[in-house]
Amino acid sequence: MSIAVRQVTKRFDSSFVAVDNVSLAIASGSLTALLGPSGSGKSTLLRIIAGLETPDEGRVSILGEDVTRIPPQKREVGFVFQHYAAFKHMTVRDNVGFGLKIRKRPKAGIRATVDDLLGLVQLDGLADRYPGQLSGGQRQRMALARALAVEPKVLLLDEPFGALDARVRKELRAWLRRLHEEVHVTTVLVTHDQEEAMDVADRVTVMNEGRIEQSGKPRDLYEHPANEFVMSFVGPVNRLGEEWIRPHDLELRLEPNGTTSEAMIQRIVHLGFEVRVELVLDDGRHVSAQVTRREVEELELLEGQIIYVRPSRTTVFA
Amino acid sequence: MPARTGASRRAGGLVLGLSTAYLTLIVLIPIAAVVAASFEGGLSAFWDEVTSPGAVAALKLTFVASLLVVLVNAVTGTLIAWVLVRDDFRGKGVVNAVIDLPFALPTIVAGLTLLAVYGPGSPLGVDVAYTRAAVVLALLFVTLPFVVRAVQPVLVELDREMEEAAASLGARPLTTFRRIILPNLMPAVLSGAALSFGKAVGEFGAVVLISGNIPFDTEVASVNIFKSIESGEQAAAAAVSVVLLVLSFVVLAAADVLERRSRRHDA
Amino acid sequence: MRSSAGSRYALRTLALGYLLLLLVLPCSMIVYSTFRDGLAPVWEALTDPSFVSALELTLIAVGIAVPVNTIFGVMCAIALVRRPPKHGAWLVNSMIGLPLALSPVVVGLALVLVYGQDGWLGSWFEESGIQIIFSTPGIVLATIFVTLPFVVREVIPVLREVGTDQDEAARTLGASRFQTFRRITLPAIRWGVAYGVVLTTARALGEYGAVAVVSGRIAGKTETLTLHVDEEYLRFNEVAAFTTSLVLAVLAVLTLVAMNAFKPKEYKEVADVDRRPPSHETV
Repeated sequence: MSIAVRQVTKRFDSSFVAVDNVSLAIASGSLTALLGPSGSGKSTLLRIIAGLETPDEGRVSILGEDVTRIPPQKREVGFVFQHYAAFKHMTVRDNVGFGLKIRKRPKAGIRATVDDLLGLVQLDGLADRYPGQLSGGQRQRMALARALAVEPKVLLLDEPFGALDARVRKELRAWLRRLHEEVHVTTVLVTHDQEEAMDVADRVTVMNEGRIEQSGKPRDLYEHPANEFVMSFVGPVNRLGEEWIRPHDLELRLEPNGTTSEAMIQRIVHLGFEVRVELVLDDGRHVSAQVTRREVEELELLEGQIIYVRPSRTTVFA
Repeated sequence: MPARTGASRRAGGLVLGLSTAYLTLIVLIPIAAVVAASFEGGLSAFWDEVTSPGAVAALKLTFVASLLVVLVNAVTGTLIAWVLVRDDFRGKGVVNAVIDLPFALPTIVAGLTLLAVYGPGSPLGVDVAYTRAAVVLALLFVTLPFVVRAVQPVLVELDREMEEAAASLGARPLTTFRRIILPNLMPAVLSGAALSFGKAVGEFGAVVLISGNIPFDTEVASVNIFKSIESGEQAAAAAVSVVLLVLSFVVLAAADVLERRSRRHDA
Repeated sequence: MRSSAGSRYALRTLALGYLLLLLVLPCSMIVYSTFRDGLAPVWEALTDPSFVSALELTLIAVGIAVPVNTIFGVMCAIALVRRPPKHGAWLVNSMIGLPLALSPVVVGLALVLVYGQDGWLGSWFEESGIQIIFSTPGIVLATIFVTLPFVVREVIPVLREVGTDQDEAARTLGASRFQTFRRITLPAIRWGVAYGVVLTTARALGEYGAVAVVSGRIAGKTETLTLHVDEEYLRFNEVAAFTTSLVLAVLAVLTLVAMNAFKPKEYKEVADVDRRPPSHETV
């Protein structure tokens, strides 16, 4: 196990419990996402692994070594911040080479390593610029290169794409996955964006209010959520009483057949290939179904139309 | 903006005009008088006054003492600002308020009390009265707040994540301070240092009691000017004043350039 | 980043030690030296007519300089921020900053050269029978000169930050220029003005060098409190000198309290030791 977190608790101001008795194991070479809403404790947990916060209880080990009392300088972790934390008074080259410089590596060696890394993150040619002259996406890639330069045992990313706009975010997401395949450093990524977590990670750990709700492969979390929180956080969901239904599990028919309920189409929203159909049931409850464009055309669905719906699959939590 | 009527335009111009007139009367004319008086006997007379042994000695002492004070303040001011921003202890609020005491306390009172503590009859047994050390001491007192107050807001705003990034990359606290924090504090330190220098070269009240004003020894430029005025040698006084003025401006301009150069990395 | 407890204590001790030796000790000496020989000499010093007239003169100088420079300060700040002049803004700003850069004795010299008997304007005043130098008007003028910048410099950034939106809204709602100024602009800048007034008052009370040149030091007539301190010390009346100093120091402390109350936020210290994660970092 690359990282082992054992029964870690962290409080702030003696009353607010940010991380509540959390235990977690992260496999070597994997890319794990810590997913959860604001205040769930995921960033604090990440910072505890990095040594930027000290837990009040519990232990942290990296590669078998107990690092709980060891300061961040000595843990050999790479950390990437949401707002880049670029050394704004240094050039890109000096930023990336910083870790090597303070380890007193020879100058020629540093130069070569930095150039390699800049090539890896596709920032060649920008080595002599200052962070202030780069775009957000470029700054974040620089931050990644900087963290990787010292060959860390683990790579920790705290909402690395949070400050970037949507399109750049998606590009960098894919790019991070490719980088991980190439470099294979154990990576932990904190995010509140479930799409990002599912897209990028081998394993996802969902956190809420300082506790872990569920850990597993993205597909497992989606198809077999442990509780309502995970189900509703990891994807869109309809709730009808005790039953939880995914929008794509709602079948639409033009004729009733005894197992269907009547509903009126309130709105049809075309989101590219997928279409969301917002419905009102006869008892006034609102649900939405997700269908393909072809289905909409074949069934000739229109707003205001009465149709019949039936869940093909529901989930109930004890 | 809503359309400006002719009357409102005139009113606005009037306010600016009045302000400029006030400034001209109160500030510009008197300063012009000083410059004029210094060159009254022509360039050669000016040069004679400025190079007279007494004036040279006073100016040298003033310049060296002020420079020394600035260097000390750069260090102690940053240290104090650091402790006020990054540390926490009972009574910190009071300490923070006390920093401004040299701004609020009359300079003559400052000089008197420094004399009481560090002069003859000192409770600490330390007597530096009538020495050059006394000059430096007095100047340290009156320039204390400048670097502290310049650095404090910058330190508060400093991106802590840069320091955390440095730590995660393996930098120990001292390295982080030297390579990350200090470069980002430099503009503020320089700014505070320049203000310190300006205050120090012109300081009169704090120095006049404790230094003894011994010509060629502990007489600073401002005292030299004062003595010239008292003996009716207005041209001599004006000449040395002009030198002080030029010195202040050169330092302020240099500090401005340095500050702007260090700020070029701000996104 | 938290530095070790050891280094924190070391830095704290160094900083506080420096402040103790340089600031605290001397200021405590004022109190000690004042009451060293008991209360009687103190009372004598306070009731001495030269002290009383020095107090009066100081209060007159403050009482004139502060309102005059406040009005000028607000007016000038508004002129510079709302209608910046196309050319020569640098000159205006330099003139405003000049009193801060000048040695007080140079200020005194400048005033003597202009308003003294042989001065540029002095001879004109002389004929009208008004004496400026070596008299009260000179002292008031010196005080006005050295306290000129404070209100302007404090109001300008506040005015910039407040912006014109509120004023524009008021105008569209029908307020006249004066109404807008009185009801919208002035309240918006009041803390900047207050802080500037406090700084102005402190400086006016404490001015020494400029008035030393300009006053002629006729005890009972042209002495301010600061000059009185000097005078009594030179006459070996130490208790009187320290008593006057104590009065000034008490006023200084009151000023400090006022300064702290009105100070712009950036200077208030921030406790860092056990901080919560800042709001922009999601927890």
